Amino acid sequence: MSAPLLITFDKVWKSYGEGEARVHALAGVDLAIRRGEFVAIMGPSGSGKSTAMNIIGCLDTPTAGTYSFMGVDAGRLDRNRRALLRNLYVGFVFQGYNLLPRTTAAENVELPLIYRGVAARERRDLAMQALAAVGLVGREHHTPAELSGGQQQRVAIARAIVTRPTLLVADEPTGNLDTARTHEIMELLTRLNAELGLSIVMVTHEADVADYAGRTIRFLDGHVASDTLKTEEAA
Amino acid sequence: MIWETVRLSLRSIRRNVLRSFLTLLGIVIGVAAVIAMLTIGSGTTEKVKADISKLGSNLLVVRAGRPAGPGGPGGLDQAARPLAEKDVTALVAHLSGARAISPASQKQVRVIFGTESLTSGVTGTDSAYLDARDWKLVSGRPFSDSETRAGTGVCLIGETVRQQFFGAGDPEGEIIRVNRTSCKIIGLLEPKGYTGFGQDQDNVVLMPLHAYQRRVAGNRDIDNIYIAADDRTPTSELQPRVEDILRDTRRITPDRDPDFAIRDMTQIADAMTSATTTMTGMLGAVAGVSLLVGGIGIMNIMLVSVTERTREIGIRLAIGAHEKHILIQFLVEATVLSLLGGIIGILIGLSLAGLTSMALTIPFAPSPAVILLAVGFSALIGMVFGFFPALRGARLDPIDALRHE
Ligand SMILES: Nc1ncnc2c1ncn2[C@@H]1O[C@H](COP(=O)(O)OP(=O)(O)OP(=O)(O)O)[C@@H](O)[C@H]1O
Ligand SMILES: [Mg+2]
Repeated sequence: MSAPLLITFDKVWKSYGEGEARVHALAGVDLAIRRGEFVAIMGPSGSGKSTAMNIIGCLDTPTAGTYSFMGVDAGRLDRNRRALLRNLYVGFVFQGYNLLPRTTAAENVELPLIYRGVAARERRDLAMQALAAVGLVGREHHTPAELSGGQQQRVAIARAIVTRPTLLVADEPTGNLDTARTHEIMELLTRLNAELGLSIVMVTHEADVADYAGRTIRFLDGHVASDTLKTEEAA
Repeated sequence: MIWETVRLSLRSIRRNVLRSFLTLLGIVIGVAAVIAMLTIGSGTTEKVKADISKLGSNLLVVRAGRPAGPGGPGGLDQAARPLAEKDVTALVAHLSGARAISPASQKQVRVIFGTESLTSGVTGTDSAYLDARDWKLVSGRPFSDSETRAGTGVCLIGETVRQQFFGAGDPEGEIIRVNRTSCKIIGLLEPKGYTGFGQDQDNVVLMPLHAYQRRVAGNRDIDNIYIAADDRTPTSELQPRVEDILRDTRRITPDRDPDFAIRDMTQIADAMTSATTTMTGMLGAVAGVSLLVGGIGIMNIMLVSVTERTREIGIRLAIGAHEKHILIQFLVEATVLSLLGGIIGILIGLSLAGLTSMALTIPFAPSPAVILLAVGFSALIGMVFGFFPALRGARLDPIDALRHE
């Protein structure tokens, strides 16, 4: 693979608590992800997947080791610089959708653009495009309470891609959805990855969800236990 | 960006109507109380001023008798030697700085026209009286000097007397009976309304002093001497001059107390005005405390709001909101809220003040300065009391905030 490096973990540790109670959520993780990759992260509960995702999405910083995002030592940036990185390059999709309540789909999708200082007209156009890309035309003015779980997750994906990010970080995006909805969302993510070249890192507990990704990384007790490419598997 | 934030905060205020309303309530009550108090207070002050200026501005009033106390009204020594015409003559001859000097004696007397009768305040005076009291004629003419001197049976009547006897008709040239004498109406006095003490100032008949003394009072006493200062002379300067001249004509040596009292209407006006102003200020301050309570209410609700919306803050931070975006959002929200409360409070306060003014028949005197101050102050309260909760929201860790249920 010749695409440039997007993410590198160099002996990354993340520890919580002090003394006896100290827990190492990540214990010296080494990892490299290139632009345009679609990576699934799997592993048992408590193995450090969400912790790693928070660092990848520049929400959190390592306790030790180096985390580089697009060649920047993101682990050492202050919170406002990381906020800027997130705003410019990262889109988030959460298991619980995390839409603003009593706020229409269009307004939710516009939100990241507001923090970028995009003018109202352009914001509306971009939001409509993003909602169209996730197949939600006609639902712009519905609030989350008026949408099904699958539709809410589509709004969340639209909100994540409206800024044309480089990386989409998705922590169990289908965790709350039934099988049919899960496959719709996964097809949508696959299409975004293929058509826009959007890099995706996604946590999942389900093997058939992970199958959509080109690469699967397994975590175990804060370590990377295995890292397999789909092509290798097939071979 | 700010405009965008204002729109966002208006949206979130609208989304939480009940909570927003409860937040507003403290500010609404505080601002309404302050505005009502200050507006009613300044109305009262104006009323007091107007009442006093009805008595005449820059006016000294001399009465017989010893002064009861500093500036205090009434309490005059009844047995005192009355004022006499030679006192007036001496003042007219020697007093400088006076615009008008006029003697006056008055009595409640039954006035009759045809079959109608009315008890009126009948005053015997001279042609300078109208000038001294700042009183004008609506129609007709004042007494001439010769009428004053001769004590001719002519008179000027007030609006109440005219209405009683003539309705809307023209009273000029009609003859009314005052006590046992009759006099011809030669003019109608401009209406003055009631004094603050409920006395009808238009139920009056003015007649030449000599006519009054001879045919109404039956003596030659003078009750009051009105002295109006001219524009260049303050009454405080005029007063000692009046005292000197009267001591001289009444032969009172400097070591004795005078047997007359000089009241300075300007001083009384100032004293009463400053008393009502002080009271207005005190009431305003008490109301201001409730405004402070309103501010603490805002802080309380904003803290609840930040806690309640922790997840929302987490989402906003995750998708790229800067600390300052969150800070501004909550600050603007608090400011917009309290500003809204301020505006509602002003409207309620003004309505209250308007109703009260009507009930108390005092002027409705809203002050633009006070209103602007209230607007500014409520915005300030929002900012000050919103700052701490806003900062708390802005400093939240996005991961913790997102995990918050
Ligand atoms: N804020 C925290 N304080 C203390 N310990 C934490 C904190 N966050 C995570 N941990 C610990 O770190 C370890 C890894 O947690 P993490 O959330 O990354 O697991 P996970 O792989 O995402 O699990 P799951 O599949 O259940 O979501 C766990 O032992 C967890 O208890
Ligand atoms: Mg997790």
